[in-house]
Amino acid sequence: MALKQLPASKNTSFWQDPDKRSIIYQVFTLGTVLMIGYYLFSNVQANLERQSIATGFGFLDKEAAFEIGESMINYSAADTYTKALFVGILNTLKVSFIGIILTVFLGTVIGVARLSSNWLIAKAAAIYIEVLQDIPILLQLFLWYAIFYQFFPSPHQALNPVDGVFICNRGLVFGIPESHPAHTYMLIALLIAGIGIFFLRRWAGKRQAETGKIFPLFSVSLLLVILLPLAAWFAGGAPTAMNTPELRGFNFTGGLNVSPEFTALLMGLVLYTAAFVAEIVRAGIQSVNHGQTEAAMSIGLKQGKILNLVILPQALRVIIPPLTSQLLNLTKNSSLAVAIGFPDFVAVTNTTINQTGQAIEGIAMIMAVYLIISLSTSVYMNWYNQKSKLVER
Amino acid sequence: MAVIIHTEEHVNLKPPTSTTGIIGWVRANLCNTWYNSLFSLLIIYILWQVMAPFINWALINANWTSSGAECHQSGGACWSIIHANIRFILFGFYPPPEQWRPLTAMIILFSLLIASRNRNWWSKNLLYTWLAGLIIMGLLMKGGLFGLTSIESDQWGGLPLTLMLSVFGLAAAYPLGVALALGRQSRLPVIKSLTVIYIEMIRGVPLISLLFMSAIIFPLFLPEGITINKILRAQVAIIMFTAAYVAEVVRGGLQAMPKGQYEAADSLGLNYFQTMRLIILPQALKIVIPPTVSVLISAFKDTSLVVIIALYDVLKTTQSTLSNPQWMGFSTEAYLFVGMIYFVCCYFMSTWSRRLEIELHTGR
Repeated sequence: MALKQLPASKNTSFWQDPDKRSIIYQVFTLGTVLMIGYYLFSNVQANLERQSIATGFGFLDKEAAFEIGESMINYSAADTYTKALFVGILNTLKVSFIGIILTVFLGTVIGVARLSSNWLIAKAAAIYIEVLQDIPILLQLFLWYAIFYQFFPSPHQALNPVDGVFICNRGLVFGIPESHPAHTYMLIALLIAGIGIFFLRRWAGKRQAETGKIFPLFSVSLLLVILLPLAAWFAGGAPTAMNTPELRGFNFTGGLNVSPEFTALLMGLVLYTAAFVAEIVRAGIQSVNHGQTEAAMSIGLKQGKILNLVILPQALRVIIPPLTSQLLNLTKNSSLAVAIGFPDFVAVTNTTINQTGQAIEGIAMIMAVYLIISLSTSVYMNWYNQKSKLVER
Repeated sequence: MAVIIHTEEHVNLKPPTSTTGIIGWVRANLCNTWYNSLFSLLIIYILWQVMAPFINWALINANWTSSGAECHQSGGACWSIIHANIRFILFGFYPPPEQWRPLTAMIILFSLLIASRNRNWWSKNLLYTWLAGLIIMGLLMKGGLFGLTSIESDQWGGLPLTLMLSVFGLAAAYPLGVALALGRQSRLPVIKSLTVIYIEMIRGVPLISLLFMSAIIFPLFLPEGITINKILRAQVAIIMFTAAYVAEVVRGGLQAMPKGQYEAADSLGLNYFQTMRLIILPQALKIVIPPTVSVLISAFKDTSLVVIIALYDVLKTTQSTLSNPQWMGFSTEAYLFVGMIYFVCCYFMSTWSRRLEIELHTGR
């Protein structure tokens, strides 16, 4: 409030002076909070002493002595807790990252389908949104996991829809290219293509501003992204060897095995969050006034350009903030992996707590990791909101 | 001037059959463009591919009354798992002769909810009825008075537990959330920063970390010799979590208040508490009723997470039914049943919230 307070006159008693009173309130609140904090802290210390639990993060350097089912880096039970927890963080990030990409895609498709003029598509999308939103995510995870186990055959009778791809109750198994230096070259080529496109875009924008000539940016970028890695692949000797899965004993060896836990978690998170994202996308598209489309048509823009230059920039301003919060929710919900046995960060920390008894440290670490993810996202969001704010007169 | 007079009978032409009736509807809604026709066919094909085996499994080949062993023989769904275990799924370990008590508590809750649907009935009296209802529900569950045997809360379970965690959770989180929202809008820097830290911290972490905290760390916070049971600790965690979300919703309402309202209150000479209680909150809370219902829906869904700290809510009782060898392997059926309970409850609340939104919109 920008109301200006008049200075208190001399004979105002001090509890009627707003400035002094506000100081008293604040000192009182802070004091209460600190006192409660100190009381809890002293209780914790007394309890820990009584149960003779040592505090501190010293346990991180000890041997973890438990195996982790899935890991993106080399890990064995002989490694330290630090490494085990790092494996967990990587797994959390992996499932969140893949989940976010799939969710944005699926959510957009369903959100657009919700607005379709085709009655069947619109109704199907509406039913999807209503049903999936109304069932707890944890139950959905259990359900997908149960379906995986109840209806898919054992490795011996694995479904084989395409040559080299097997689906069974141990997961989805498929062949991957044998590792070869050419793959590294391809990755570097892709990176170079990305940097090239970045500069190309700047140059094209500048040229258009100066001369009005339009550069076919999209097709050239697409070509770059495809051609450069392809060239690198040929330069590396064009390796074609595949690492295909084979049935040995009770399970498959070789190839890439996507576990049922990971699949169930990913499916559950994506299908659940996509229902919320679809509603956000629908609201965003509907928020753009129809007059905008008509105005764009009347100045002679083509259909694609209307979407790209007029509708999307305005719809995105409405879509992005709630979308980010949904994607953060997806990341936080990935912590439910612990319930179906996927070794994400929370599951690994939980095992660590059970083994070492360092509950306070463990839960503090869980909170810290998620807080860092959330806070860095909200810093980015503030920057984005600032950037995309309507410039008004 | 020539005058034209139509003398012949006016013929009432029917609209062409291709634009009315079923055919017209199909043409307008399913086949209005060539790609829409293609999409319609594709959707019908997919539905056929998915729904036919599902209906076969869930209805035609299903076992409704057979025992678990017979179910294992047939390939269809085994719905008998539900009614064979319905008492355990709904009430958990609550002693069977006393199960009328949670049932009555649930009936009271549902009648209160249905009564609150009608906005004409919203009054102080309804609020008091709610308070009385909540107390009676707690009394029925706990017992120990009026000749009811006392049932310890570690025997509570099933649907009543789920409902109580969410209803009591929201009832307690609401005033706390309003206080936090007021704190966040406060002019006093210490109060403002304390509430901001609390709200952002809680919203930044998953509920499951708070539940772990309630299960493992809360006991350490208490002085020696005092213990609080697990359900109450989980309830505290849910309240703390929900309050932060309520606070954000209420903040939205506070920010939507025009400045003139504050200034008018100031010019009347009202102090801060009078301003909030008499002018600002009644208006702000009215605007945010629909988003508050969404918070209630997600709080209701989130109570299912107590499974992870091994409380016997309706999801956990279902899960433990599945560990009975006789019913092992019918998890899909059981989960579909629980899913339906959740769906019905949430659908009821969300349609209600949508209707409220339309009703409340008229005044503004």
